[in-house]
Amino acid sequence: MDNDVFDQFIEQLQRYVRERLIPAEKAIIEADAIPDDILAEMRDMGLFGLTMPEEYGGAGMNIAQYVRTIRELSYAMPCYRSITSINIGMVCSALKRGGTDAQKAEWLPRLAAGEIASFGLTEPGSGSDSAAMQTSAVKSGNGWVLNGTKRYITNAPFANVALIMARTNKEALPKNAHVSAFIVPMDTPGITVGKSDKKMGQAGSHIADIIMEDVKLPADALLGAEGGGFVMAMQSLDNGRLSVGAAAAGYARRALDSALRYANERKAFGEPIANFQLIQQMLAESEIEIYAAECMLEDACRRADAGENVLRKAAAAKVFATEMCGRVVDRVVQIYGGAGYLAEYDAERFFRDARIYRIYEGTTQILQLQIAKHMLREWAAQA
Amino acid sequence: MKILVPVKRVVDYNVKVRVKSDGTGVDLANVKMSMNPFDEIAVEEAIRLKEKGIATEIVVVSIGVQQSQETLRTALAMGADRAILVVTDVTTESLTVAKILAKVAAEEQPGLIILGKQAIDDDANQTGQMLAALLGWPQGTFASAVVPNGDRVAVTREVDGGLETVDLKLPAVVTTDLRLNEPRYASLPNIMKAKSKPLASKTPADYGVDPTPRLTITKVVEPAKRSAGTKVKTVDELIEKLKNAGAIA
Repeated sequence: MDNDVFDQFIEQLQRYVRERLIPAEKAIIEADAIPDDILAEMRDMGLFGLTMPEEYGGAGMNIAQYVRTIRELSYAMPCYRSITSINIGMVCSALKRGGTDAQKAEWLPRLAAGEIASFGLTEPGSGSDSAAMQTSAVKSGNGWVLNGTKRYITNAPFANVALIMARTNKEALPKNAHVSAFIVPMDTPGITVGKSDKKMGQAGSHIADIIMEDVKLPADALLGAEGGGFVMAMQSLDNGRLSVGAAAAGYARRALDSALRYANERKAFGEPIANFQLIQQMLAESEIEIYAAECMLEDACRRADAGENVLRKAAAAKVFATEMCGRVVDRVVQIYGGAGYLAEYDAERFFRDARIYRIYEGTTQILQLQIAKHMLREWAAQA
Repeated sequence: MKILVPVKRVVDYNVKVRVKSDGTGVDLANVKMSMNPFDEIAVEEAIRLKEKGIATEIVVVSIGVQQSQETLRTALAMGADRAILVVTDVTTESLTVAKILAKVAAEEQPGLIILGKQAIDDDANQTGQMLAALLGWPQGTFASAVVPNGDRVAVTREVDGGLETVDLKLPAVVTTDLRLNEPRYASLPNIMKAKSKPLASKTPADYGVDPTPRLTITKVVEPAKRSAGTKVKTVDELIEKLKNAGAIA
């Protein structure tokens, strides 16, 4: 997308976030759901179609534009990103990589228009260790029959379509070639969705089980090659990590702005607490770290757009931005003082909402392992 | 019916305006600029009239620096059909703007001109009235409702005593007040489409208008800072304090 068009969009989005999405937060926390009128507006604004190519009704953003948009959107509470993130992230990416022309023509416009998507990899007994995956897809006539349960699936209660990973071979094959990807309309007979899990934070976004019992799918439900599902999913993860990093950076900025306002309003010893140097230190440390995260994200995105493999940098940006966000929201509670512990104020919710960023889309620990493994492999190759 | 909507590029309404240290004007360096909010309401009203099938074409026009193009692009992204930019680097005064707009109106022949009642930079509240006078058209200012009906338009105005509705013969000039509507945000798909909408570039000379300012600004100062008030417990205390302050005898 052209930069001048993008800049104009960002300006509108910043206003939309501050004038519409943030004022709606209280109602969302109470109802634990995004109101229908806001959701309709988000669809009209084009927020579900950021990454789909223009010929499929999307905006055709590059990675830098997409990640910057997520950062701006994430100045508001996290559920707004959650509900759009699977569409514009994993599922769009997988369709672009592995979809046939017919599959792209069928699904990309629907996703860009705001039909909601889920992505099903994790199971009660397996996550990234796909060898233990239980969900199976068995060939039957021209099509497939799926059985199994997917757990912690974002958007499951309102999804129209899910990208489901299932094993198409009983043996655990090298390079996870026993796993294939399927596009599954959620109204297919045999699918049920469990109750929404109760969470620590992130009101308005929902996760639940997807249970599949003899779900019959046509042959063209298979996305990409048989046995290519896991690799396709992993290839899409870099963008997902940048997206979560951007969500953390955007929310850290929101929390810090809130603390800055509070520190100027709240008085102690006859003056605003912003005058006290130890408060200023917390403000400055947070500012420095947010800026660092923004720079890392921008650098990783620019490299990704130039075709560089950013596995290591995307992981690094995700780890730094999310750990940074954790430190910032902790300081923000501290700046709010006693009020920071009260539900009446925003600080405690920033604190709860931010905690998941260090966990999903690759925990800090699993990403540290990946980064180190990558470094060691590179060193060994050069030695 | 064609609707002409003049829009102005002004300092964004969220920006805390600062006076330049030499007192010659407002500091515009690195300041966020946006469409005048009253003009946004004017654009929105025109789009709603088009959605109702009353308007057929919406032409937006801006007079100012080259960057006013961004303001016009926003109006196009909201839903206007085409834009005219009259480029000038000098400070635009209400009468200059009204004269240029009168010439644009003579060329475009709109059935209705809708514009903000004032711009939030200088709060002059003059252009709409001057434009109506120059054109010899009826005017409905400070509109909170605009209802065209055939060759007439009913404009509900917010006046001191409440609401007043005037019935005007078209073509007419309408200036918008805050409660007329709530402007939409330009969506990403519409921003993309707006890029290919026509934007004509003109100069004041094209309309035979000399934009040289007729007024000289001698000094700009910030409003005096208000000192904190005090709370009183009783009416007697209030009267006592007012007497002491010399506010009442």
